[in-house]
This record gives sequence, structure tokens and C-alpha cells, in this order.
Amino acid sequence: MKQGKTNVSLLHKNYLHSLTIKKRWVRFYQIVIFLLFFSSWEISSQKRWIDPLLFSSPSKIWDLFLEKLQDGSLMANLGVTLTETIFGFILGTLLGTVLAALLWWSPMLSKIVDPYLVILNAMPKVALGPILIVALGPGYPSIIAMGAIISVIITTIVVYTSFKEVDPNYLKVLQTFGATRLQCFKEAILPASFPTIISTLKVNVGLSWVGVIVGEFLVSSRGLGYFIIYGFQVFNFTLVFLSLLVIAVVATIMYQLVELLEKKLIKE
Amino acid sequence: MSFLAIKDIHHTYFTKASATTALSEISLHVEEGEFISFLGPSGCGKTTLLSIIAGLIKPTQGTILLENKPITGLKNQIGYMLQQDYLFPWKTIEENILIGLKLSKQLNEQTKSAALDLLNQMGLKGIEKQLPKQLSGGMRQRAALVRTLATEPKLLMLDEPFSALDYQTKLKLEDLVSNTLDSFGKTAILVTHDIGEAIAMSDRVVLFSPSPGKIHKVFEMPEELRNISPFNARNHEAFSSIFQKIWKELDSLETGKN
Ligand SMILES: Nc1ncnc2c1ncn2[C@@H]1O[C@H](COP(=O)(O)OP(=O)(O)O)[C@@H](O)[C@H]1O
Ligand SMILES: [Mg+2]
Repeated sequence: MKQGKTNVSLLHKNYLHSLTIKKRWVRFYQIVIFLLFFSSWEISSQKRWIDPLLFSSPSKIWDLFLEKLQDGSLMANLGVTLTETIFGFILGTLLGTVLAALLWWSPMLSKIVDPYLVILNAMPKVALGPILIVALGPGYPSIIAMGAIISVIITTIVVYTSFKEVDPNYLKVLQTFGATRLQCFKEAILPASFPTIISTLKVNVGLSWVGVIVGEFLVSSRGLGYFIIYGFQVFNFTLVFLSLLVIAVVATIMYQLVELLEKKLIKE
Repeated sequence: MSFLAIKDIHHTYFTKASATTALSEISLHVEEGEFISFLGPSGCGKTTLLSIIAGLIKPTQGTILLENKPITGLKNQIGYMLQQDYLFPWKTIEENILIGLKLSKQLNEQTKSAALDLLNQMGLKGIEKQLPKQLSGGMRQRAALVRTLATEPKLLMLDEPFSALDYQTKLKLEDLVSNTLDSFGKTAILVTHDIGEAIAMSDRVVLFSPSPGKIHKVFEMPEELRNISPFNARNHEAFSSIFQKIWKELDSLETGKN
């Protein structure tokens, strides 16, 4: 009996050990790819196998990074872009959820606007950029609007679908207690759709980056999008690559944070 | 005058594809404190009738009176427990059982402690802060019953409350529910497709026939079964003869259909 028990715990230990080893190998290969990519980039640029003017090199990007860090312009522009993105995706998600709630509230309205939603969803929202800039002026508001508008329709559609899919028997329970439609929404529809709303938040982070960067391309006065356009215009591709890498890192961090938030909120 | 009067109810469901008449010519009177069972094969409109009595569906024809008042506009006089527990998974048991009081703005220290007391009586002590998914099927069903009773409805309706439970749990719950309702002197309607359960729990058994749903026959339960607990009723000598009688009727309904 006791023998068997120690045996099982030993086997379990071995199993866990094998898991850790596998995990380490995965990490190892990931690091190898990372190093291989950047070192071959660096070498081929130095040996002029690729055009260093066009493709720059990691060391040049690093130097520029330090330089821009010291003169404060990187942080300032990153701050601008980050603020716009955060406001954009929160606004997009909130607005989409509110619209979804309106559609749920009035089935008639939802039937009427259905084809318009389909059209708006199919339309490339960034094409609205020039109009937004003229309407709201070339500054924060129009860029934030870009970040929001790109995600609002798809959020509306996804969240509305989830509102509709809530088991009607939950509403029946509430109605037996004489609940109003507003109470039904607050007690059943919204909390039941909470996981969906959080997961659209995750998708919207990515969408808002697109909207904001395109917005900054167009306004071209501040932000990482401006860095990219400016670098392109003066043929400083090191600046373009620097901006790209910074965006990649920050967008990933933001995504992870929202994922963390999701895990925390939906753990129950 | 009777406590609950069901007067000539007809109901037809309309969908794009068809019009299904679920109920036809349903008339029934229920006295205060009475325990009634609706028995019948599935699809004969039992759930529909409960929904109509609860005021959730407007019947295409007929009226329901509770104490001589039409049920439209009555609030929290009728408690209705659906076929599954439908406890809100994101709410704790306490939040779940207080939802009715909260919605009708009756939530105060007194009603809250009454509801929690009832939870204790049902053998659910110390689980107030747990979520429904942490409970077993029988416990969830009891919690759902507490939620329904918390607003102190005059009439309680239970739609196949024990059908998803294992046999032992079901027998125990039958006794518990029967005891609780007796102690409150509640009027109750139970929907079931279990003949034994109908006999053991009720004063009268209403047998429904399908397509369209109609009242086929009403059976008065013998006096000696009414006054004992469901478990004891199942073992009483009077049980099997009435069981045979209802079983034959049900059987004739099925063969009549074929
Ligand atoms: N929402 C609905 N729309 C259309 N038909 C329905 C609906 N609900 C029930 N029915 C039909 O009405 C009949 C009675 O259903 P129901 O009241 O659920 O019976 P029971 O509870 O006795 O099984 C069935 O034929 C069913 O298909
Ligand atoms: Mg049913």
C-alpha cells in the first residue's frame, strides 16, 4: 500500500520533470530564433548583402533608440500614441456595447438597422480618416475617433449576438418576480455577456492600434505613426524600424494586460 | 369562491411554419392550501399552462383569477420554479435567493434573514457565499426553491422539479418540499410525469391528454395518503391501487393515440 503510494508520487515527479524539460526546450528554440534573426540581419547589413539604407541594422536601430530616448522624443511620441490607442479601444468597446444594448432593447430597431450594420462592417473604416480629420480637426479627437470607429461596429455585432443568445429562461425567472426590461438587462443579459465583452476588448486592442497609426499617418504631427511617415519621407528607415519594433513591443504588452484582466474577471 | 380559478383557457402558439394548439378548454378550480399535480405525457401543454398562470404568456382565450382578481398586474403573488434551477451562475447563492426580494424592492434586514433561515431549514447551511456550480444538483434545486419561496408567494408552481435528480435525492426532496409547503400552508401546483410522485405529493391529480392539451380526468387522492409524508405514502397499501388506476388511464391515452 505504502509502496504503491511512493511509487505514484515518484512517477508524478518524473512526469512534472519531463514537462519542465520540454518547456525549457521550447524556450531555447524561441531564443535561438530571436538571436538568429537579429544577428543575421546585423551581419548581412554590415556585409552589405542587403541595402543598409533600406533595411538598416539592429545596431543602428539601437543607437537611434538610445538617442531618441535621451532627447525625450521617443517617450513623448509613444505617450501620445498610447493615450490615443487606449482611449480609442475603450471608447470603441463602450460605444459598441451601448449600441448593442439599444438594439437588444428594441427588436424593431435591430431589424431596421441590420442591413446598415452589415454595410458599415464591410466598409474599410480607415477610409473615413480624411473626413474625420476635416470634421474634428487634426488632433487627438480625430485620431481617437479613428481608433474607436474601427472597432465599434464589429463590437456592436458581436456583443448584440451574445445578448440575444442569453438563455431566455433566465429572463423568465426574473419576470416571475415582476422584473422590468431594464432589470432583466442589468441582472441577466449584461452579466451573462460579460465574457464576450471582455474578449472583444482583446480584439479591439489590436484594431485600435491600426486605426490610431493610420490616423497619425494622416495628421502627421505627433506619435509613432508620425515617426514612421516622417522616417519614410526623409528616407530614414532606421527610424521606421525603430517605431515598428516599439509598436510591436508595446502592443504585445497591452494585449497581455487585457488578457490578464480577462483572466482575473472571468475566473469565477 | 375558489382561490385559483382557471376559466376556459385556450392557447395556440403561432410560428412562421405552423400554428400549434397547445391547450384547449382548460377549466379548473384550486382551493387554498391544496396541493395539485399536473400529470401527462410531454408535449401536452403543462409548461404552457404554468406560464399562463404565472402571467408570462397571454392565453389566446380565457382568464385566470387568483382570489377573484385577474393575474395580470399581480406581482409576486405567484412563485414559479422552472424545469431547471436556472440559478444565475455569476451570483452567489445568497445573491440568487435574494434576487426576487431585490427586484420587488422588498429587500430589508427582516426579509433577508427570513430567506437565509429558509436556506438553513432546507439543509443548506454555510453555502451562502458559494457559487451555484459548487453545489450538487439536489442542493441547487433546493436553493432555487428557496429563491422562489423568499418573496412569499401565495401560490407556488413547480415544473418537474425533481426530474433531473437521482432517485434517492428525489425521494428526500419530495419529503422536504412537502413538509415545507405544509408548514407554510401554501397552495401548490406540481408538474410531473412520474405517477408515483403525483400520488405521493398531492391532494388531487389532474391528468392531461395531448394534442391539443386537455384535462382528461381528475383523481382525488384517498384521505389516508394525503395526511402522510410522500415517502410513507409510497409505501402505503392504498398507494398501489390508485397507481394502477392512473396508470391504466395513462396507458389508454397512449394506445388511443396509436
Ligand atoms: N414557444 C413555443 N412556440 C411554439 N410552440 C411551442 C412553444 N412552446 C411549446 N410549444 C408547443 O406546445 C406544446 C406544449 O408544450 P409544453 O407546454 O412545453 O408541454 P409539456 O410541458 O407538457 O411537455 C408542444 O407541442 C410544444 O411543441
Ligand atoms: Mg414541460
